[in-house]
Amino acid sequence: MSSAPEVVFAGTDGGAITDLAAYEAVGGLTALRRAREMTPEQIIAELDASSLRGRGGAFFPTGRKWSFVPKPDQNPRPHYLVVNADESEPGTFKDREIMLRVPFRFLEGCLIAARGIESQHVFVYIRGEYEHEWEILVSALEQLREAKLLGGVTIVLHRGAGAYICGEETALLESLEGRRGQPRTKPPFPAIAGLYASPTAVNNVESITTVTPIIEMGGAEYAKLGVEDSTGTRVFSLSGNVVRPGNYELPHGYPLRDLIHEVGGGIADGRTLKAVIPGGSSTPILTASEAEKVTLDFDSLSKAGSAIGSAAVIVLDDRCCMVQLGVRVSQFYEHESCGKCTPCRVGTRWLTHILQKIESGRGTHADLDLLLDVGDRINGTCLCPLGDSDAIAVASYVAKFREEFLQHIEEASCPFHGASSLDGIVAPTDVHEAHVGPHEIHRPLEVVA
Amino acid sequence: MSQTFYDEVQEMRARYPDPLSAVLPALQLAQDRHDGWLPEAALREVAEALDLTPAYCLSIASFYDMFHTEPVGRHSVEVCTNVSCAVSGAQQVLEALERELGIGVGETTEDGNVTLRAVECLGGCGWATVVAVDNRHHLHVAARDVPRIVKELGE
Repeated sequence: MSSAPEVVFAGTDGGAITDLAAYEAVGGLTALRRAREMTPEQIIAELDASSLRGRGGAFFPTGRKWSFVPKPDQNPRPHYLVVNADESEPGTFKDREIMLRVPFRFLEGCLIAARGIESQHVFVYIRGEYEHEWEILVSALEQLREAKLLGGVTIVLHRGAGAYICGEETALLESLEGRRGQPRTKPPFPAIAGLYASPTAVNNVESITTVTPIIEMGGAEYAKLGVEDSTGTRVFSLSGNVVRPGNYELPHGYPLRDLIHEVGGGIADGRTLKAVIPGGSSTPILTASEAEKVTLDFDSLSKAGSAIGSAAVIVLDDRCCMVQLGVRVSQFYEHESCGKCTPCRVGTRWLTHILQKIESGRGTHADLDLLLDVGDRINGTCLCPLGDSDAIAVASYVAKFREEFLQHIEEASCPFHGASSLDGIVAPTDVHEAHVGPHEIHRPLEVVA
Repeated sequence: MSQTFYDEVQEMRARYPDPLSAVLPALQLAQDRHDGWLPEAALREVAEALDLTPAYCLSIASFYDMFHTEPVGRHSVEVCTNVSCAVSGAQQVLEALERELGIGVGETTEDGNVTLRAVECLGGCGWATVVAVDNRHHLHVAARDVPRIVKELGE
C-alpha cells in the first residue's frame, strides 16, 4: 500500500468521523476559524496558490471559478454556493465516501467557500440514491447548528430524484429550481446568472472538501503535493476486475500500473489486464500497454488521448468483449439523455442499436463506419457533453480494439461465444422497451447499409 | 389532503427563495405516503400545496427515475447492472433474484410485495455488486446472498 499523505481523509485512520468533538480533536475547524479572519480575496488567493482544480471531472481551477463571481457591490442579488453531490458518473464513488467519512471537513469547506464568494446561502444537491449519506450530512449539519458554528450561513441539503444529467451544473440548477433537469444554454455562466438568475459558484464535493486542508496548510504547501498542473491528492475510485477495489487517496501523478497492481492487488481471478477506463465511463479507454505507461494526472492522461475525468479507474480483464462494453456504456447514455438536444436523444439510441447489431453478428463493415459517423454528428452539437461522452467512449473502443469489432462482423458472431464478462447483462433500457407496449418502437432499428 | 402533508410542504417551501424548488422534496414526501408511487391523487396534493398544476407535477415526476407513476411493490429491489457491477457478476445476481422471486426484471410479485428492477450506476462500483433494497445499499452482493435478501423482505 502507498504511504502517500492523506489530505481529504486525514485523521480518519481508515474510519469515519461523524461526531463534532471527535472532528475537533483531529484539528477540525481550525481552517474555518482562520478563514473567518481572512478577507474573501485572501481565501481566493490561497486557492489560486494551491492550484486546486475541480474534482468533478472538468478540472477547472477552483480559485478562478470563484473569482468570476461578482462582488456584492457589483451585483446586489444574493450569491449562492451550490455543491454538486449528484455523483453518478459510472465508476465513480468517491464523493459518497467523503460524505460518509469526513462530513465535517466537507461542511467546513462549504462554509469557507461561502465566505470566499461572499455568500450566505449554500445548497448541497445530493443524489437521491445516497439516502444514508444524506442522513449523515443532516446529522453533521445539526451538530454544527447546535454548536452555533454556521456564522449566519444557511445550508440546505436538497435531495435529487434519480437523473445522471443533474450532475451537469446547469441541469442541476434547473432541477434545484424545481424543473426537469435539462441543461441551459451557456453563456450566461452560473457565476453571472446561476441559481435563481443570481451569481452562483457550483463546486464538486471533493473540491469543496479539499478547500478545508488548503486553508489549513496554506495553498503553497498544498501545491507541493502531486505534480505540475495537477497539484494535490485525488481520491481515486478503483473498480472492476481488481483484487482490492475501493477508494484510494493518492497524489496526482501516481502511476496507473501501481494503482492497479500494488494498491489494488492486481487483476482478480488470475486473469490478464485488457483495458482501463481511467476517469469514469465518459473517458476514452486505454489498452493494457498504454495503461502501463501513464500516470494519473491531467497532462499524462491527456497526452495518452484520454482524460483524468472523475478519477474513476475501471479495470477490465481479458474476458471483456469490447462490443458488449460499447453496448452497455451506450445504453447508459441513451437512458440518461434528457431529450432536449436531438443529436444526443436520437444519436445515443442509434449508437446502441448499431452496436447491438454488430454484437449479434448481423453487422457489416458499413455499420462500423455508420457507428463512427453517428458519433461525429453528436460531437459538439449539444448543450452539454452527455451525448459526446457516449460518442467519444464508443469511438475509443473502436479505435483501440478495431480487430475485435471486425471479428464480430467477419465471423458473423461474437468471438467470446457467451463467455464475455458482460454477456447477457440487462440494462434498464432493455426493460423499459419490453414495457413500451404494442408499438413498433421496441423493435430494434434496422440499419440500412 | 391531510393537513400534516400540506403543512410539511409549506415548511419545505420556506427553505427556498422560490417555492417551486420544493417540488422534488414534496413529490418525495407524497410518494412515501402513497405506497411508493404517485397516483393522480398524490400529484393533486402536491399541486395544491405548491400552487402548481397536477400536469406540471407529472412532468417532473416522469423525468426522474426515482418517481413512479405506476403502482409498485411494497419493497423495491434494484440491481446495478452498469459496467463495474456487470463485470463482477451483476447478471448472476439479477437472475438469482428472478428465480427466487418468481418474476422478471421490471415486474412485481403477484402478492404485491416486491418490485425488481435493473438500474444504472448506484455509485458503489468498488463494492460490486450493489443491490438497493428500499433504497438501502447492500454491497458485495453475490448470487448466493440472494435467498437471504429475499427472506428478509418477508411475505
